[in-house]
Amino acid sequence: MEIKCPTSNLQDKLRIECIEINLFLEALYQRHGYDFHHYAKASIKRRIQALAKAYEYTNIADLIPRILHDETFLTATIARLSVPVTEMFRDPSVFKALRELVLPHLCSYHRLQIWQAGCSTGEEVYSLAILLEEAGLLKRTQIYATDINDIALHQAEDGIFPIAQLKRYERNYMAAGGKRKFSDYYITNEKFFRINQDLRKHIVFAHHNLVSDGVFCEVQLVLCRNVLIYFDTNLQRRVLNLFHTSLARQGYLCLGTHESLRAIETANLFKIVDFKNMIFRNNCETI
Amino acid sequence: MSNIPEYNSITAIVIGCSVGGLNALRILLQGLPRNLPVPIIINAHVAADGTNLLPHLLANQCCLPVTEAREREPILPGRVYIAPPNYHLLVEIDKHFALSVDEHVCYVRPSIDVLFTTAAEAYREHLLGILLTGANNDGTQGMHTIKALGGQTIVQDPTTAEADIMPKAVIAMGVADRILPLSGIANTLREIATLYDT
Repeated sequence: MEIKCPTSNLQDKLRIECIEINLFLEALYQRHGYDFHHYAKASIKRRIQALAKAYEYTNIADLIPRILHDETFLTATIARLSVPVTEMFRDPSVFKALRELVLPHLCSYHRLQIWQAGCSTGEEVYSLAILLEEAGLLKRTQIYATDINDIALHQAEDGIFPIAQLKRYERNYMAAGGKRKFSDYYITNEKFFRINQDLRKHIVFAHHNLVSDGVFCEVQLVLCRNVLIYFDTNLQRRVLNLFHTSLARQGYLCLGTHESLRAIETANLFKIVDFKNMIFRNNCETI
Repeated sequence: MSNIPEYNSITAIVIGCSVGGLNALRILLQGLPRNLPVPIIINAHVAADGTNLLPHLLANQCCLPVTEAREREPILPGRVYIAPPNYHLLVEIDKHFALSVDEHVCYVRPSIDVLFTTAAEAYREHLLGILLTGANNDGTQGMHTIKALGGQTIVQDPTTAEADIMPKAVIAMGVADRILPLSGIANTLREIATLYDT
């Protein structure tokens, strides 16, 4: 899909920038196979502008030869186009709802598999691991945490976060119904805290692109928060189908609290469990 | 016709505010007529973790429907939309809302700059940007973009603002078409409504 270019003569700069963005996305796609054409336009534009600015290019077009000829530029580009911003137990009520509404149903499985799609730097997947630990489920759980951003994945795998965030995360943890001391789950030095190995060993971090990659295993829960807001309706539909196929019968899906329900309504693939916290259950009648 | 001919072509209004914003918004929205022919999109800095009480508080003051802007929602005339807490609110070229959790801009999310800039690109010369009381520089860049793309700007008179840093910053940048107290801004909004009656 093309970005529609405004036509007013007075707005040359914007019109040119629009052409540049289309050309850059096309270069990225044809050279490396990464397709950002179905990302929401306003956000992807801001991110491309930020990428050009970070590398001190005057024009977005200057990014085109770089992405075509400089192999090493791809990783940095993907990292900038999928800016990872998250926190531990972000929206505590969601984690409380997972704890109270979802985990009790997962107890009946001997082996649990969970997929967090778009794990970014890992704050949410470790929050989830803490919930599972406190529900006595972590020992029999394998979590797959995926992202297209390799730089973020490496950070996530390390599980090291700035200590400045700790107070807020601890507040979130308590608000999410935390059952122990938050300090049971990490070790600290002066600047950073690191999530305990006991939690980390149950998580596999892997590269996966929701735009182009398919199902890789059957899971009982998919967590994908604030990822679909960056996709257009067609891409949202593709990804929701992917989750539907990946989920076991009666499996759960948790999306971001402010995501549009339109694609989900149309798709009719899921039943609402908790509307406020955006928790759904796979609708197996359509399988 | 309006005293200010540029307002004749306005099809959307964006409002930004920070410290002291709730009282200012109450005053502006109280007098709005039922037949306002344009959407009003509001970005007020609120606490990130609290539930957003603003739509509820403002709905009581206003005869128009006031709701939290939702992702992918089409932007309709006669409606008042509020940016949800902890998300940037963006306007797509096809005049739908989009949300993002990208980095804070000017230390805040939602950022007025993000809303105003994207709205300016969508509505161009048909946008009226209004910046009210506030204690940081968020909104300055957005007002600049609105001007650069041919839109109109109004800044609350800093001497009447609970916090004057935000309005002063816009005036210093030279992109304020008009500097008015809240009562004057409220009159302007009513005037825009009457333009479409004739």
